[in-house]
Amino acid sequence: MIPQAIVNRREAVRRILANRGDTLVVCGLGSSTYDVFAAGDDNKNFYLWGAMGGSVMIGLGLAIAQPTKPVLVITGDGEALMGIGALASVAAQKPNNLTIVVLDNGHFGETGMQPSHTSHGVNLAEVAAACGFNRSQTLVEYEALDAYINRRTASNGPTLMVVKITTENQKRALPNIDGVYIKNRVRASLGIQPV
Amino acid sequence: MSAKNNPAQRWEDDIFDCFKRHDINQVPYVPDAGHSHLIKRIHNDPSITPIVLTTEEEGVASSCGAWLGGHKSVLLMQSSGVGNCINMLSLTTNCNFPFVAIVSMRGEWDEFNQWQVPMSRATPGSFQLMGIEVQRCNSPDEVAPTVDAALYAAFASEQRIAILLSQRLIGRKVW
Repeated sequence: MIPQAIVNRREAVRRILANRGDTLVVCGLGSSTYDVFAAGDDNKNFYLWGAMGGSVMIGLGLAIAQPTKPVLVITGDGEALMGIGALASVAAQKPNNLTIVVLDNGHFGETGMQPSHTSHGVNLAEVAAACGFNRSQTLVEYEALDAYINRRTASNGPTLMVVKITTENQKRALPNIDGVYIKNRVRASLGIQPV
Repeated sequence: MSAKNNPAQRWEDDIFDCFKRHDINQVPYVPDAGHSHLIKRIHNDPSITPIVLTTEEEGVASSCGAWLGGHKSVLLMQSSGVGNCINMLSLTTNCNFPFVAIVSMRGEWDEFNQWQVPMSRATPGSFQLMGIEVQRCNSPDEVAPTVDAALYAAFASEQRIAILLSQRLIGRKVW
């Protein structure tokens, strides 16, 4: 029995990013990108507008390149499911600075709210655990989310947190769509000059 | 020292030497027999992180993440995996990421397995349709200059290049 979701996705992302420090964020296309932007635009955000299924592996390449910085992938259940093999590839590398947050409403929200695999019982936290993630958990209440946020450290990953979220529509919040700009902005935030 | 000047040096070692010369940091791969010697050398080098993939498009995405963080990444795969990458290649073109794939060809020369043929024939076109330049190496002496030129162009000016290692170069698969 899957418990009724309580957590609002915008509020969850706001709390997760409230004290982000030097955390680098990669967010999956669609609502996750809008949620991260709504929490406050930041040079260290890599907003995806496409490349579905790629967010976790972008996070992995970035985490290996920047081992002293926390890297946080924030994505939805649909995007995470499309790249589900990436959980095995991450686990094989074991980057301790990589965290994946899956905002799980059990639906493909951008395309008409068709139920996703997680509505049919697929448990992404258990998939991550079976792959060999150091930590994985499903969070269904704000208390559990806050407890995770307060306990988290930058170096005990790879971690995958599934946050069960409600399905109500959110106010539109659209970040810049220019991929070259977004890429160069993230690199500049790390002190990397354009080529 | 290239394979042309030193008979003991294999063309696979030429690729490895290019990786070292260009400071390649990450090498994601889906294995292929044609890349096995190179993959072994990468696993034995602590300055390069090998990343074993479950499917090739993961390596397109991880290479982009590497560049975001200041690393240089080269993807290794065989021709049968190129079709898996198509939509993920839009990430490289939309964001003007550098991209280098080194693709060992199956299904084009001395091939016993006809199941390799359709994707082999579609490999150059698949890359070209997604805006990736295609280079081909047919003989050992072409490998070092082609890889060297591709790595320079990709990482000095964010270009996207796929190098096809022809099956004639790699040779018949040994069982």
